[in-house]
Amino acid sequence: MSQDSLFHGKIISEQKAENISRVEELAYDLKVDQVMTRDPATVTPQTPMNVVLELFRTKRISGAPVIENNELVGLVSIEDLIRCLQNSDMQAETQKYMSTKLLTVRNTDYVIEALKMFVNSHYGRLPVVDNNGKLTGIITKGDITSGILKALQYEYHEEEVRRYRASHLFEDIESDRSSLILRYNIKQGDFMHGGAASSAIKRALIRLGANPQIARRTGLAVYEAEMNLVIHTTNGGIIRVEIEPRQISITVSDDGPGIEDINLAMRPGYSTASEVVRELGFGAGMGLVNIQRCVDSMRLESIYGRGTNLRLKIFLPEEEPVGEGN
Amino acid sequence: MNVKELIQLIDGRLLTSSSDLSKEVKGGCGADLMSDVLASIQPEAVLLTGLCNPQVVRTSVMADVAAIILVRGKNPPPETISLAEEEHVPLISSPFGMFELCGRLYGAGLKSLERPVDGSDCDCAS
Repeated sequence: MSQDSLFHGKIISEQKAENISRVEELAYDLKVDQVMTRDPATVTPQTPMNVVLELFRTKRISGAPVIENNELVGLVSIEDLIRCLQNSDMQAETQKYMSTKLLTVRNTDYVIEALKMFVNSHYGRLPVVDNNGKLTGIITKGDITSGILKALQYEYHEEEVRRYRASHLFEDIESDRSSLILRYNIKQGDFMHGGAASSAIKRALIRLGANPQIARRTGLAVYEAEMNLVIHTTNGGIIRVEIEPRQISITVSDDGPGIEDINLAMRPGYSTASEVVRELGFGAGMGLVNIQRCVDSMRLESIYGRGTNLRLKIFLPEEEPVGEGN
Repeated sequence: MNVKELIQLIDGRLLTSSSDLSKEVKGGCGADLMSDVLASIQPEAVLLTGLCNPQVVRTSVMADVAAIILVRGKNPPPETISLAEEEHVPLISSPFGMFELCGRLYGAGLKSLERPVDGSDCDCAS
């Protein structure tokens, strides 16, 4: 994903759209307490404005709460400082220029509350108070941005770790021969969900670190087989995928009705599919041919009246195994 | 050509919102039989089809299709749209027919991403 487009008004990708909605979610998840600046520099109503200027400059801040007797009484900002400079009145006390009409947020509020206040007011910063009204921090839009970025980065890292774990699955497990077995029950006639198992298998392979061609070939082969279960079987069937670092073994089995003539079924263009199925775009008589084209080995056994068993193997390139951290 | 440019070229109507319109389309493939699609299509193609059922989306996911164009202004059922949304596949409806659309895309420089199949692969006639 390219970094630039989010910030240049271009059309955003699905990944970014996801991230944006995640940002919105985070505004509802994160509390002010988690993103605010704690123990901010404060001044008193009597602090001269030239001291405030010095404080802003040395601390590189643009506003400070004004405290008297442990109570929050105002806020002095860089805008107040500019007015003061215009008046050449730098000896004046803070109370002459500070704003006392204060908008505050609570430390226990969600960030979204602070965001709403920023949108509805012209304020650039808000003092944060606890339930007793005591100052606990200060929050700016910048604090919110960096807080959310930090949270996103943390989540991104989590996803990376998950992927890394999946792609190293077999490395951490000692055995003479390790494999991962995925099973899916396919319902007869379920055109709505037909293909869902194949999608899941393809996704799993990519997570495990399979190269895209391998994932595509496996997905295509399983999809054709899955649709065969949906279209042709009496009671549906089972897809079982066994993933080993260097080979994928797929078994697709059902309990009927079975194929009458396997040689005929293997012939390109031969199909027994109904008109309804053809209208759905299937039954071109290419399913088994397509499967054969996608896999390295294929064994089709069927007893008419009993059921069908299809066994497929895909071998992974020696240098690109799955689950071994390539 | 990216998906956004493609939509303009065919007076298309985008039916999904979750997809990346800057995605590059490398070529095209037109078919109404999903097995034909699975047999011949190469990755990152736009698929032109008159079929509207969810299997069009499933097929596209398996075949790494970059975008789906439904010809003749077809309106797919909600299940198809929601699956396309979920799988992040751009689903576009265009008022033009298959021939017109293939012509427009080919004319704009999109090449065919259908692998040629020789007759020996099919003996429907025999």
